[in-house]
Amino acid sequence: MDSAIWDIGYLIASILFILGLKKLGHPRTAPTGNLYGAMGMLLAVVVTIAQMDFGLTNNFILIGAGLAIGGVIGYVMAVRVQMTGMPEMVALFNGFGGAASALVAASEVFRRIKLSELSEEDPLFIPLPEDLDLYVAWIAIGLSALVGWMTLTGSLLAMMKLKGGVEIFGTWYRTPTWGPEWLNYVKGLFLIGIVGLIYMSIKEPGNQDYVIGIIALSCILGIMFVLPIGGADMPVVVSLLNSLSGIAAAFTGFIIGNNVLIIAGSMVGAAGLILTNIMCKAMNRQLIDVLFKSFGGSDKEQVTRTKVGSDPEEVAMICDGISKCVIIPGYGMAVSQCQHQVREFADILEANGCEVKYGIHPVAGRMPGHMNVLLAEASVPYEKLIEMDDINSEMAECDVALVVGANDTVNPAARSGEGPLAGMPIINADKARVVVMVKRSLSVGYAGVDNDLFYEDKTMMLFGDGKKMMTELVSSMKEI
Amino acid sequence: MEDIEGASILIVLITVFILAIFLGFELITKVPPTLHTPLMSGANAISGITIVGALIFSNTDFNDGDPGFAAWLAFFALILATINVVGGFAVTNRMLNMIAGKRGRK
Repeated sequence: MDSAIWDIGYLIASILFILGLKKLGHPRTAPTGNLYGAMGMLLAVVVTIAQMDFGLTNNFILIGAGLAIGGVIGYVMAVRVQMTGMPEMVALFNGFGGAASALVAASEVFRRIKLSELSEEDPLFIPLPEDLDLYVAWIAIGLSALVGWMTLTGSLLAMMKLKGGVEIFGTWYRTPTWGPEWLNYVKGLFLIGIVGLIYMSIKEPGNQDYVIGIIALSCILGIMFVLPIGGADMPVVVSLLNSLSGIAAAFTGFIIGNNVLIIAGSMVGAAGLILTNIMCKAMNRQLIDVLFKSFGGSDKEQVTRTKVGSDPEEVAMICDGISKCVIIPGYGMAVSQCQHQVREFADILEANGCEVKYGIHPVAGRMPGHMNVLLAEASVPYEKLIEMDDINSEMAECDVALVVGANDTVNPAARSGEGPLAGMPIINADKARVVVMVKRSLSVGYAGVDNDLFYEDKTMMLFGDGKKMMTELVSSMKEI
Repeated sequence: MEDIEGASILIVLITVFILAIFLGFELITKVPPTLHTPLMSGANAISGITIVGALIFSNTDFNDGDPGFAAWLAFFALILATINVVGGFAVTNRMLNMIAGKRGRK
């Protein structure tokens, strides 16, 4: 069959990707968008397999096996993962995508080297490409390797950082955050080194040592890139790495000369960059600062002040007969998985005629939209989740602000204009008449800044695990 | 002649590349925070398009009759890309189902 027909299939797949990505950005159309994307991918895979010449070998079985293995692993991982583990999962998948692009590039290198070493009489012999083709091929291979391997190691480290540590032979190691300023120069040197190696690989195309050098340097660069970045900025990095894995796919497209890879890859790359920027804005941070200035965490202030904790009965009494309550969830809710208890608490209040809303900070949790997903799992209606700017105008009329496992996102220090939190928009929980905070201790949050809100007279601290405290609070509410 | 043809194909590819980048910039404008994670995850699944490259190389390399190192690299790439694609779309779908308030699977 004419190859033009296959190209039309790829074109339709590209259109589906564009529409899918567009629709993913709007709440109502997002599920359709995801479906379009999946259909586009299926079409691209079917078209690719359909035009394959399987020859005499039993490749068909092999390729089928590859698809089946990957498909089953991917599906099981996606279905099994807890909602709290979602960010790690996205980071991991992203790393796999980057690695796949990088491996395709590496495969092309070794194929070329192998084929060029055959004797000239061999029917399979192809000379190494020359001139323009040579430059394009090796630049694309080099860049695809650079971005792909970087994405892999960077994503794996990001995943471990999101988890907070890694378990090796039963011992728990905390993932470090470390990055003196000189590390930025080292990164620059590595990048120059890689560009140099790509140049060398063009000069001497048959030499695989340069390729191995590119792979090694790129892997280390990925780690150095993510190492200095602190927990609160992790989502931004994952988003940026996602953008990079798109670019890696686009470079792979140049290697095989396929439009659909170039379109989908570069589109994801650009869209990912925009999304990264949107996330930075939500935190009032500059992308450059996120990437190159080590953030908080390292020199945490010692907590010297103390605060007497309250017990659930007291809180339940305060909450009896109030008319407006705003619940502000944070990462603590995700860790203790207490979203169901939180909703139960809200239900009791509502049964007593109280208005309950949820104030969602754009970076609450470890991933934008993290809280929304959790609360949606507990069947909290979408309309009750109010974004930061809108809820802040209502905080003054709020009787009780219930802060569940959040810290930096309600820290009034952010308004003062000093310290690492300076300028970050917060939810003004301190404007409410009474603030109830469910938290394990008075310890500092990710930014490493003490929170004055803990020590205010109107603040009641419920010290303990989120799930346990919320369960007790709910049962105390029922007793009243 | 052949060189000119090669160059013009390259120009077409680069044109597509640049235009798609601009398209990507325009595509995403205002996204509510709720959708940041699903959008990231959905875009990530789309970037698994590299599966096409892995498929093509898995086939051609093994067709050489003597599957070398390159062939197994491509095969491994195929598995990873498939995990990325299938897992990515499935995870996105799960998240969106929960956000849309449909009956969330546990």
